[in-house]
Amino acid sequence: MLVVVEQMLNGLQFGLLLFLLAAGLTLVFGIMDFVNLAHGSLYMMGAYFAATFVAWTGNFILGCVMALGATLLLGILLEFVALRHLYNRDHLDHVLATFGLILFFNDAVRLIWGPAGLALPLPSWLTVPVQILPGVNYPAYRLSIIAVALLVAALLYVVVMRTRIGMLIRAGASNREMIGALGINIKLLFTLVFGLGAALAGLAGLMQAPILTVQIGMGENILILAFVIIVIGGIGSIRGAFMAAIFVGMIDTLGRAFLPDLLRKVLSSTAASTAAPAMSSMLIYLLMAIVLVVRPEGLFPAAKR
Amino acid sequence: MKSAFNLRTIVVALVVAGLVLLPVYSALTGKVFILTMFTRIIILALAAASLNLIMGYGGMMSFGHAAYLGIGGYAVGILAFEGIGSGFIQWPVALIASALFALVIGALSLRTRGVYFIMITLAFAQMAYYIASSLSRYGADDGLTIYKRSNFGGLIDLSNRTQFYYVCLACLLGGIYLIWRIVNSRFGLVVQGVRSNEQRMQAIGFHANRYRLVCFVISGTICGLAGALLANNTDFVSPAVMYWTRSGDLMVMVILGGMGTLFGPVIGAIVFLLLEELLSQITEYWAMIMGPLLLLIVLFARGGIMGLLARFSRG
Amino acid sequence: MAEHLLRVENLMRRFGGLVATDNLSLEVVTGELHAIIGPNGAGKTTLISQLTGQLMPNSGAIHFAGQDITTLPSYKRSGLGLARSFQITSLLRDFTAADNVALAAQAHAGHSYRFWGNARKEAPLREAAHAALARVGLAKRADVPVSELSHGEQRELELAVALATKPKLLLLDEPMAGLGVTESQRMVALLKELRKEVTIVLVEHDMEAVFALADRITVLVYGRVIACGKPDEIRNNDEVKRAYLGDQHAVTRHG
Repeated sequence: MLVVVEQMLNGLQFGLLLFLLAAGLTLVFGIMDFVNLAHGSLYMMGAYFAATFVAWTGNFILGCVMALGATLLLGILLEFVALRHLYNRDHLDHVLATFGLILFFNDAVRLIWGPAGLALPLPSWLTVPVQILPGVNYPAYRLSIIAVALLVAALLYVVVMRTRIGMLIRAGASNREMIGALGINIKLLFTLVFGLGAALAGLAGLMQAPILTVQIGMGENILILAFVIIVIGGIGSIRGAFMAAIFVGMIDTLGRAFLPDLLRKVLSSTAASTAAPAMSSMLIYLLMAIVLVVRPEGLFPAAKR
Repeated sequence: MKSAFNLRTIVVALVVAGLVLLPVYSALTGKVFILTMFTRIIILALAAASLNLIMGYGGMMSFGHAAYLGIGGYAVGILAFEGIGSGFIQWPVALIASALFALVIGALSLRTRGVYFIMITLAFAQMAYYIASSLSRYGADDGLTIYKRSNFGGLIDLSNRTQFYYVCLACLLGGIYLIWRIVNSRFGLVVQGVRSNEQRMQAIGFHANRYRLVCFVISGTICGLAGALLANNTDFVSPAVMYWTRSGDLMVMVILGGMGTLFGPVIGAIVFLLLEELLSQITEYWAMIMGPLLLLIVLFARGGIMGLLARFSRG
Repeated sequence: MAEHLLRVENLMRRFGGLVATDNLSLEVVTGELHAIIGPNGAGKTTLISQLTGQLMPNSGAIHFAGQDITTLPSYKRSGLGLARSFQITSLLRDFTAADNVALAAQAHAGHSYRFWGNARKEAPLREAAHAALARVGLAKRADVPVSELSHGEQRELELAVALATKPKLLLLDEPMAGLGVTESQRMVALLKELRKEVTIVLVEHDMEAVFALADRITVLVYGRVIACGKPDEIRNNDEVKRAYLGDQHAVTRHG
């Protein structure tokens, strides 16, 4: 039972991280109709920046804030130098150009930080276990990830649903000509949205960094998960991304944790240990396939274009 | 128009002649590595040509085409591992397995369009990648060594470098001939019509998605053959051959050479892989140059090399 | 009494709260040219889309040539002999005029799962294409890519494509839209010829053309049929005058 609670929290935490990544992706796609494969690179850069700045300043929080700022700036720079020239192209061009960026970032990281991964050690006050239920301890750091991510999700919700800029973003997601007609500086809005997406990706990366190693290519697998999430949730929909992210995070985590035991009950133990990892990695894609068959536009499609 | 056609034809003829004569050059100069390198280029050119069939002619932007390289390769590898060495069994199995995978993936993915399709095919290929990574009997992440190449009795000996090279070249040229016939056939015109305007094709009486699916399966099958060749070439198959960056490479080859042109993918594959080779000799960090180069190609060289040739000869 | 080629019964189609097709019934007799008119937003294109199967009705039934086709997908309706031309020209732009028509002929000449022979060299398909092109006066433009044809020529090509499917019923969605005066006259002359061979449902804004061509006219307002009859009856119908012909001049000028 205790294990179940712990794994549910792990699932929630992973789901929230995925949401941060997917939110940026879906915003950029929803409002600019731009497919950004290099989103995973920004996630990676967030983690590398954090590892560097924390080591440099000796202060975890300060280092993370600096890393966040650096990813934001990098995102804006990227948009300004390269990506804004691609908005009028088709999706295939987006995919290829940002694929090129991934190649670039991976090797740039290898050149700067070396091929070996980095570690981002936690300060001692974040490593203590916290008692969340009688007899159930949970790492403070993972709890704080949940807290921060929920806070950011709430902020994002308020910004998108309640503010003027959020109104423009939503209007842009459903009708791009309209915001142009309103006399809004679209270029600036696009740069801002892209920067926001980059910062969210960076945040996800730097928060994940202490749990996993910081390494080259760390953004790629999780990027594909984020794509699965926005396909399931419906492209352009923040709400859909949130629901789908939690869902995917839970299924992935719980599947990995409990599927081997479940399988062992029906199969021989060697067969189970062979099949379980494959099956738990496949669960997500299976889920996506089912969603696509039933609702090709995703579960929570954004307003019709 | 006429001269553009001629310049392209000349380039293609030179490339084909070069590929046919390459083993002679290699034998005369004793540069074995050239033969090995071009064997790989030819195999990946076949994979790119198969991708071009759905991407260039069918308008289906598959980002998971490397999956078939893996499936074809694993068909050969697993059968060899289990003691079935005959190519007459291995290769048909590779083709059928790829066709079946394409059928399932296509039937699901073709319910979607545009960027959804790109992402779905990507996700399914990743799924195949994870399945391969968990095949602990067949080496899991580390891959599977193939100790004996596919055996075709006394007919051909694949362990002979030159013979294997010509088998690959024959597969490439045969594949392109097949694609040429398909593209100009009734079926091919329907597929291209659907790319151009699906609603219209539907209105004049074509079940658009069924044609798309058949095209998707043909393309996957051809790529499965490339997979079987690739496994024989490296004597090894691992999940890495279907990693998504490999799918990206194939897309780049198609675009670079010229999407929707018959020989574009071949030229794209040659240029891309030679460039990779060249850059990696200059610097360990070749991808730092290749990445921005891709960006520049997308920004400034629409229509790929074939497009440039056409423009160049038009003045 | 001639038989009904097309019978629409109590068709309903809603978009959210908006009723685009409101309990609409309609009969088209074999051999007639049946025009459908109505002010902007009367639901004419929505109706056509439901007839061809691009859009499914919420309720009601559509019978064509004695068969219930209400839920049939569009490619199957085309096989039964129902052809449409599009309001916004939607030809295959990167194909030649002859290719466009030949594909339509191909759709009705056996299956297209033939992977080997060169379809552009199949004489029956090419001949059918050239016959249809000649029919609309485009014989000389056969090998010109669609993107290089004039707007009027594209309209004529639309007709050729529809004809090549050997339809029993031709649904024409505003064939005059965007045409100049001479081009319009050519189109009217062409339609006068075509109506001898095939039953036509014509949706059109150009009132002059409609009254010159139609055997019967159905008037739609807000998705409902408010009148149906011979041109003279429609001209003298009080409800039509009130609801629609009052601003006929405005409409004609826009058209």
